[in-house]
Formats: sequence, structure tokens, C-alpha cells
Amino acid sequence: MKLFKLLIAASSLLMLSSLAQAAEVNVAVAANFTAPMKQIAADFEKATGHKVVLSFGASGKFYAQIKNGAPFQLMLSADDEKPIQLEKDGLAVPGSRFTYAIGTLVLWSAKPGLVDPRGDILAKGAFNKIAIANPQLAPYGVAAMEVLAKRGLTAAIKPKIVQGENISQTFQFAGTGNTDLGFVALSQVMKGGKITSGSGWVVPGNLHTPIRQDAVLLMKGKGNPAAEGLANYLKTDKVKAFIRTYGYEI
Amino acid sequence: MLLDSADLQAIWLTVRLASVVTVILLLVGTPVAWWLARTRSWAKGPIGAMVALPLVLPPSVLGFYLLLAMGPNGPLGWLTSRLEIGPLPFTFWGLVLASVFYSLPFMVQPLQNSFEAIGEQPLQVAATLGASPLNAFFSVALPLAKPGFLTASIMTFAHTVGEFGVVLMIGGNIPGVTRVASVQIYDHVEALEYGQAHRLAAVMLIFSFLVLLGMYLWRPNPKKG
Repeated sequence: MKLFKLLIAASSLLMLSSLAQAAEVNVAVAANFTAPMKQIAADFEKATGHKVVLSFGASGKFYAQIKNGAPFQLMLSADDEKPIQLEKDGLAVPGSRFTYAIGTLVLWSAKPGLVDPRGDILAKGAFNKIAIANPQLAPYGVAAMEVLAKRGLTAAIKPKIVQGENISQTFQFAGTGNTDLGFVALSQVMKGGKITSGSGWVVPGNLHTPIRQDAVLLMKGKGNPAAEGLANYLKTDKVKAFIRTYGYEI
Repeated sequence: MLLDSADLQAIWLTVRLASVVTVILLLVGTPVAWWLARTRSWAKGPIGAMVALPLVLPPSVLGFYLLLAMGPNGPLGWLTSRLEIGPLPFTFWGLVLASVFYSLPFMVQPLQNSFEAIGEQPLQVAATLGASPLNAFFSVALPLAKPGFLTASIMTFAHTVGEFGVVLMIGGNIPGVTRVASVQIYDHVEALEYGQAHRLAAVMLIFSFLVLLGMYLWRPNPKKG
């Protein structure tokens, strides 16, 4: 009985203290940013005592959910279009939008030695299929199509294109060897600053429009110290340097 | 126009896929259901469970395994490359094969039920009258099981139309080849084209309701016998 009372006292104390300082933030995170965000959130929790709840998925789905009242306070989109739209819809805090990462496109194959360092394999056509993220949905897909257009290969390669719904599925097609090639995110094949398996050509940034990934504070996160704190944390030099190790620019 | 040409193409592809799958499953599912209904073998349990698996497995599991199996390093991929058919993922026939697995229980289970409902007696009578087992099957069992065939075919067709997860995993979203209506709706929603998504989704909803309504109205009431 004494132990029981002690437990109640201890837990209510804990609850009180958490009410006083720690807040909770629900974040909608673009699937391609899953790995770095897990680490960033863990570091942020350790540093501040706030609690971060992460949901990973397609940005378009998150947009639809937020529009219909989903309880997210912060959104890390895979593009800049949806955060801008959320601002227009009055669902995001005006002026809170910022670019947290710029994606790097890479032409990649699970087969070692298939992709040459200049991407000439595209013109040679010595591959069965090429996986590209759906350009209507994913900025990585738009960038990939721009690269093909710049090289004058759109018509030649079109019959070989297989579309992934997002960059994760695109990587899945190429990663399982079902397509010889795939235009994927460098963050998917890079670890510790280099491509760890297969072969790849890191597409120069001047061949496509930048793949800006924007974050925005949602109206439900206004005044929430955890949401605002995490947004600011993402802008610190330390976190930016960490994000770069995953193949993003920022 | 209510639907644009890409939507119509997706609908036509969906109808084609569902029709082909229904015909194949009628040919494959009937003997399986017949065997399951009549056998006393120990294998009835395991085979019946395997047929029912797609009912409980998430489409992502089925799609993931099919992608691996059909891939260049998988057993099906090995087989198709040996037979020089080429790889199956991202092709219409790849979708057909996946849908045959996915819709199998919707064909086999109603058929099995109606075969079991016939019972031994009509077939024994047929045998007494000198009918061979094959003859008895075609002239006695098939006519008696007609309502079961109708239900099974409609369920298989409708279930294939409603397929999404498996197609997404192995389809590759190629217009006219693997971009079926459910994927097209998903794309519209993802691209924030809610108007187009609404229209196509409404078509799917009305179609599904009408199919099921037709089945419930048409199905002869077994109690009236």
C-alpha cells in the first residue's frame, strides 16, 4: 500500500513536470527523409526533453490529410509545392516555410559497373528498363525527365520507363534488380559520404531544377514549443551538416 | 467530357484485366474447387488454407513477394528467362498472374460451397444410370452449381477491379499496360487533382454497387429450391 501511494506520487510528479516543460509535436515527414529524420528527432528529444512523433509517407497524402484535419503540427514535404499550397489554404503559419534539404538525383544500378561516371549508358541504351518516380507526383521524377530532355533522349527512352509512385518505390524497382537502371535519390544509396553498392552517376545540378524540400509550421503547431523548436533546430548548422552526409545539399 | 482519355484508358485496361483473370480462374479454379469439395485426402486442409491465404494477407506482402519472385533473381524470373518470355513485372501478363493469385479464393470458395451443397446423391444416381465421372460432372454437377459459378465469376471480376496494392507493387504505372483505374485514382489524389479523382472514384463506386446489387437481385433464392 505504501509502495502504491509512493508510485502514484512519483507518477503524478512526473506528469506535472512534463506538463510544465515538455511538449509533443506530430511531424509529417516525406518518405525520402526517413533515415536522417529519425536521428535528428532523437537528438532533438535528448537535447530539449520534448517528444517527437514521426509519421512517414507520401507528401500528397499528408496534404490531403492535413486539409481534412489531421493532427500534424509540422510538415517536412518532399517538394516546395505542397507547403506553398498549405500556406495559401491558410493551414500553415505564414512566413514559416523554409528549405530543409535539396535533393540530389543519381542514376543508379544495383549492378556494379553498369552505370559509367558520365551517364553515357542512357544514350547507349544497353539496359532493359529504367525506373523513374512519377513526374506528376514527385519532384525527383520531374528532375529525371528534365535530364532526359536535356540530353535529347526523351523519345528514345520513353518505352523503357517504369514509374514508381514515389522515390521509395522507384528505388525498390531498381534495388530488386527488376529494372537495370533507376533515377533515385542520392540519399537512398549513399552512406557515410559515398555510394555503397551497385554503380551510379551523380547527376550535375545544372541539368535539372533544384529539388527543394520545404518544411512548414502548420496552424496546429502555432505556439507549440516543440513544433517551433524542432523547426528552428532543423535550421542549425550542426543539423545541416548532418543532413549533407545523407546526400542532400543545404 | 466527364472523364479524360487517360481515365478511360485506365477503365478499359481494368475491365480487360478483370475479364482475363475471371476466365483463367474459371478454368483453374473449377477443378481445384471440385477436388476440395469431394476429397477426403489429408491435403484438403493445407490446400484449402493456401487458397484462402490472399484473403488475410496484406496486398503489400503478396506484391512484395511477387516482385521478388518475378525479378531476375527470383524463381519465376528464372523460369520466364529460361522460357525466353522475358521478365513479368511491369507487364500486363505479370498483372494477370498476380491477380490470379490474389483473386483465387473469390473463385474457389463459392464454387466449393456450391459443389458441396450438391451432395453425393445426384452423382451416385448419375453413376447408376451409367454416366462416367466426367459426364456426371458436366451434365449433373455443372448445371446444379450454376448459381455458384455466377457468384464466383462476379466476385472474382469485382475483386480484380478493386485490386490496388499488388498492382502498385509490381505494375510500374505504365499507361495502357499496368495503370489500372484504382492506381489512376491514387495518382489523381496524390497530384491534388481532386476533381478528377472524385469523378473516377464515383464511377468505381457506382459500378461496384451495381455489380453487387445485380448479384443479390439475380441470385436464385436457394430456399425456394
